[in-house]
Amino acid sequence: MTTLSRNDVAHLARLARLAVTDEELDLYAGQLSAVLDAVAQVQKASVEDVPPTTHAVPMTNVVRPDVARPSLPRDVVLAGAPAAEDDRFRVPRILQEEA
Amino acid sequence: MSTPAGTDLTATDAAELGRLLNTGDVSSTEITRAYLDRIAADDGELGAYLHVDPDAALARAAELDSSEGDLGALAGLPVALKDVVVTEGVPTTSGSRILEGWRPPYDATVAARLKAAGTVLLGKTNMDEFAMGSSTENSAYKVTRNPWDRDRIPGGSSGGSSAAVAGGLAPWAIGTDTGGSIRQPAAVTGLVGHKPTYGSVSRFGLIAFSSSLDQAGPMARTVLDAALLHEAIGGHDPLDSTSIPAPLPPLAECARRGAEGDLSGVRIGVVRELGGEGHAEGYEPGVLARFGEAVALLESLGAEIREVSCPAFDLALPAYYLIAPSEASSNLARFDGVRYGLRVGDDGSHDLDEVMALTREQGFGPEVKRRIILGTYALSSGYYEAYYGQAQKVRTLISRDFNAAFGIDDGHGVDVLISPTTPTVAFPIGSRTDDPIAMYAADLCTLPASLAGVPAISVPCGLSEGLPVGLQVMAPALADDRCYRVAAALEAAQDAARGHRFLDQLVRRTAHPEEPA
Repeated sequence: MTTLSRNDVAHLARLARLAVTDEELDLYAGQLSAVLDAVAQVQKASVEDVPPTTHAVPMTNVVRPDVARPSLPRDVVLAGAPAAEDDRFRVPRILQEEA
Repeated sequence: MSTPAGTDLTATDAAELGRLLNTGDVSSTEITRAYLDRIAADDGELGAYLHVDPDAALARAAELDSSEGDLGALAGLPVALKDVVVTEGVPTTSGSRILEGWRPPYDATVAARLKAAGTVLLGKTNMDEFAMGSSTENSAYKVTRNPWDRDRIPGGSSGGSSAAVAGGLAPWAIGTDTGGSIRQPAAVTGLVGHKPTYGSVSRFGLIAFSSSLDQAGPMARTVLDAALLHEAIGGHDPLDSTSIPAPLPPLAECARRGAEGDLSGVRIGVVRELGGEGHAEGYEPGVLARFGEAVALLESLGAEIREVSCPAFDLALPAYYLIAPSEASSNLARFDGVRYGLRVGDDGSHDLDEVMALTREQGFGPEVKRRIILGTYALSSGYYEAYYGQAQKVRTLISRDFNAAFGIDDGHGVDVLISPTTPTVAFPIGSRTDDPIAMYAADLCTLPASLAGVPAISVPCGLSEGLPVGLQVMAPALADDRCYRVAAALEAAQDAARGHRFLDQLVRRTAHPEEPA
């Protein structure tokens, strides 16, 4: 049986940008181990030479004429932003400031 | 609540409401007001809606009543939209705290087409957060109750839409279906719900859960209503790159023809793996009994019934619960607290990564987090082939089973496949919330059609322990008309035997709670 440890879940949560709590780690490690055990049944299928399906319909590149069209007005878009400044999305700093 | 003719508008199907509008017997304002009154009276307990704006709905109805032009068959009819459908200027949350208070700057194609058809938006309906769930209990906002038994779930994830339509709080509604989220709630509330062929209804403006599976579709009181609503939203859309550039088959016409009751020459396959011999574990006897009676009824209408085996369907559930969470973990990366929605921790003491992690931690509920973590695992290097890659190959095997059953290559197949829509009737609220695996089992019968992208409809086929049972009709891709034809024939034959429509049983029970159904 495949299991996910607390450390596994903490690592995956970090990759997915989820600041999970200790209680959640306990809960999810157990629940996700049970789920993983159930979904691992796909490994029972004999799939030699079977191609994977990513989409149920054939995916083709769709093109349209390259015509300029107005985009959504800036004010309308920024109205939904959690923080905006100088007509831009404001975000917390990404790089640590040099001393 | 009643017209001069004495009709209860909130118990009338949409096609009939359209006729009354057309003859001038009622106005859009009267119909809209009747539904708003029911919402005001009953939604406090039922919990079907997340957002209702009565003034906006009445203003829209008045505008339509005074408009001169002919907008078509749906003009003036109210409709409810699942909250996963983006609506310009109208709050849209997808059932999540992370989008609380967001007012989208544009309309989804489904919303735009319904607007252009002259419909009145009644409100946005409750749902499992980001459509992840089978009971609507994963909504971040509230519990929705099943109008047949208010201690039971209305199905999910489109449970607000199912409760609204079954409970008389909307004449019909839009749902979305990724693994069964239209068909399962329709089945457990006694409605008709159709998941269209993947690519035949635009996904533009549906908040994405699992992009290779998501489809919007109709939830209605009758097969004909579902077909009419489907025709209004379907067809090619250049804004969705997976939209199929083909016209819809004539759905309402097929529903009307099906209701005439002649199924001679129609070949119907009963899927052994979905509740048949050796595969009945987890299926309630009452569900299987109603299903068996419906099969006999279809045969009496002239259909040729045979059992069909689709062995790969046994692995649909594990394949789905790898593919959908994998796609979700990628799709939900867009909720990063930068461009819209919630932002947490932006107080100068956290950098961007930390703000994203705190925002997502607070904004997402437990099921969403579980699926993101599972999807992240299934896509991570070292595990990809064993999980996600393997699930995609199983998906191919499921499509091959459908193709063989439908005789796509040799012509010696059946026209449609049928099964129960759900293994059980609606379960009690709270009974499966601590057990994800038990919750996932509610989708057992609906997952194969989702993975293969083929159309499937759920139509009521009786009551078990006083609760609705649904029958599912699956057809080849782009043959949605076959679903409507067979479902309409079954509906008409059952209505004739019963002497009234399926949902009238609920209306009567609500009006006279002491009498047996």
